[in-house]
Amino acid sequence: MADKNVNNAIDLSDLGLDTITETETEFSIGAMVTLRQLELHEGLNTYTQNAIRQAVCDIVGVQFRNMATVGGSIFGRFGFSDVLTMFLTLDCDVELFQGGIVSLEQFSQMKPDNDILVRIIVKKTPGQFVYDSMRNTRTDFPVIACGVSCVNEEYRFSIGARPGKALLLRDEEHILKDGLTENNIRNMSKWVAAHTPTDSNLRGSAKYRTHLIDVFVQRNLIQLRGE
Amino acid sequence: MEIQITLNGKIIKDHVEPDCLLIDWVRKHGCYSVKRGCETSNCGLCTVFMDGKPVLSCSMLAARANGHNVQTLEGLQEEAKDFVAFIADQGADQCGFCNPGFVMNTISLLRENPNPTDDEIRAYLAGNLCRCSGYEGQLRGIRNYLNHKNK
Repeated sequence: MADKNVNNAIDLSDLGLDTITETETEFSIGAMVTLRQLELHEGLNTYTQNAIRQAVCDIVGVQFRNMATVGGSIFGRFGFSDVLTMFLTLDCDVELFQGGIVSLEQFSQMKPDNDILVRIIVKKTPGQFVYDSMRNTRTDFPVIACGVSCVNEEYRFSIGARPGKALLLRDEEHILKDGLTENNIRNMSKWVAAHTPTDSNLRGSAKYRTHLIDVFVQRNLIQLRGE
Repeated sequence: MEIQITLNGKIIKDHVEPDCLLIDWVRKHGCYSVKRGCETSNCGLCTVFMDGKPVLSCSMLAARANGHNVQTLEGLQEEAKDFVAFIADQGADQCGFCNPGFVMNTISLLRENPNPTDDEIRAYLAGNLCRCSGYEGQLRGIRNYLNHKNK
């Protein structure tokens, strides 16, 4: 635990925000849902082809994932967050107590304030999802995290642990318009790597991260192709 | 603030400061199996069950456990004794400091998944660090226990 003085803390744990509700069109995920609940939720993992499970399964350990909440991960907009990186690949909104419903992409770029995250809304827009990360050791923060999706025929590339907070890119130059051929995949991964700012920290250098982005976008697109 | 926690089956009412950690509270009530390790949510030494789920007591306020059911290894001796001998037989423990948290999380694993594969054991216990061993002894111990149980 860090040494930090907190004058006023609000405990959200008894507000009934610890459940995942599934309807025909969306998942409503309360802010106090734990990462372990995400990992074990059959509906979410069926919809994302287990990408959500893959995104959270190496976050520290089971005991930690029984405590850490999706609201804490998303609201913090931490650079190392696998959760934010994964959710940016989805067609996803957040509901803020004061700010109402905004897209997760927009929320990820907002400055921190004192609003309260109530829930995350994942729309069941047809899509394919793949997530992977590079870690120096299992359970450590990622050196790079990479989520790739194709939602409503739009490719999305979410890169986290750059080490800045996750960034969402799209295929702006229509590199993949003729499909996931070897050449298109190679060009796309190079484009994403070139357009993602990276930096160095004790887990890896900026150059290494840029190289990893190239590798992981390629791998994830190949997996998205069904191989 | 006033709290009420069921600790190993016994209802305890207590007055705690708002920043009292659950690890300090359970140790104050005699549960010394719960060890203070990394204090950064990484090592698993302080594992307790809250409402049957393993959590890290070094990273949870006692106030958060108010109204809940908390169990430590002191309250789970019967359930643990079946497999700890198999771990001891492998000489898996050296200093033994990690052992209570490791045993707690193994109980949780076996409740959720009575017949895990080696990879499932490794994945579930990834949040329990041991600085003496290479984890192979613990893995062999659990595997031998499962083989014995399934005979």
